[in-house]
Amino acid sequence: MTATARRFLDALPAVYRERLLSFARDRSFTAGSRVFDEDEEAGLFWILRSGRVALDAQVPGRGPVVVETLGPGELLGWSWLFEPFRWHLGAAASEAVEAHEFDAARVRAAIEDDPAFGLAMTRCVASVAIGRRLRACRIRLLDLYGPANGAGRRGPP
Amino acid sequence: MPVPYRVLRAGEETPGTVTLELVPEHVALNPFRPGQFAMVYAFGAGDAPFSVSGMDGDRLTLTVRSAGAVSAALARARAGGTLGVRGPFGTGWDEPAGRDVLVVAGGIGLAPLRPLVRRTVAARERYGEVSVLIGARRPGELLYNGEILGWREAGARVLVTVDRPEPGWADDVGVVTNLLDRAVFDPAVTDAFVCGPEVMIRVVARELAGRGVPAERIRVSLERTMHCGTGHCGHCQLGPLLLCQAGPVVSWARARHPMSVREL
Repeated sequence: MTATARRFLDALPAVYRERLLSFARDRSFTAGSRVFDEDEEAGLFWILRSGRVALDAQVPGRGPVVVETLGPGELLGWSWLFEPFRWHLGAAASEAVEAHEFDAARVRAAIEDDPAFGLAMTRCVASVAIGRRLRACRIRLLDLYGPANGAGRRGPP
Repeated sequence: MPVPYRVLRAGEETPGTVTLELVPEHVALNPFRPGQFAMVYAFGAGDAPFSVSGMDGDRLTLTVRSAGAVSAALARARAGGTLGVRGPFGTGWDEPAGRDVLVVAGGIGLAPLRPLVRRTVAARERYGEVSVLIGARRPGELLYNGEILGWREAGARVLVTVDRPEPGWADDVGVVTNLLDRAVFDPAVTDAFVCGPEVMIRVVARELAGRGVPAERIRVSLERTMHCGTGHCGHCQLGPLLLCQAGPVVSWARARHPMSVREL
């Protein structure tokens, strides 16, 4: 695994960063507020400037179970870029959040109009958001901290 | 020969993990440095290697997760009991020489790092940024909960993440590498110390190296089958390294290649 910028805007070439930010508006979420729910239309997306957002899945009998948290600089939401444009997970602000908010339809239209911008955006979303989170997910699947490995540290029990 | 140590205190850290405070019954072993390990004998069960999780004068602290015959016997130890201890063995964590200090711990890997963290926060004014990133499986499996607040109050940025949150968990969820973006450090002048499951060590060390932390300044603590502790039996061999002597703490510059070879 190579080091990858998690900060979405840092990973986007400067010219396209400015282009994307031209679509941005400021948005705040209070701690505990829902940002979106699973299977809703993904009509907006965000880049977090401060605070923390928890991605969750509804589990019957348990309610929303947090699967990952996102922090400053991270892209909140990639389902807006791919059909059927619906959220796979839900999201809630676990603390007060300040973010750049984007209208997904406007950004998709800009991507259609300018393939170079579209390629840069798609690469960035694939690398920084999807790829990184997939690798993290695979590591967690290994359940590394489980009790099967080692005792106190240095070797056999 | 093992030296007898008396269990002064035994406290449960998490279910199945205990911290034992030991004092010598007669003569103390030579002083341990943070990161070094001891061979600990639970009489009647056998011996096993454990990194020391604290040292204060003659006192030694061990944090043991019950996983087999010896560790289970140690986890059952109670105040007043006697254990045998040999050591100190192996290399320890170097004293940070850079401006910033970054500690990354996963699971029980926080135990060998604890003395380093305590020493660093005790001399907080010597360093620029001090970040301690901790990953655990569940909130209930986090070690040293009672101390973390003190580390924060001493000026360390302590960030915690878990794989499986429980109701009421308000911190991060995800792999420990996710915390690197919120740790404040200048890679060129950072000393990094990493301990945890080997896959985690590899991922963290590669990420740090990719961000510009020199490989010589990334120290990792490696787990292999320590047995004799004197470099003779070869149980702990990792490629060219006999980790009971050349390790357990080695630089990423030395560990990177052998850790990338299959079957080593």
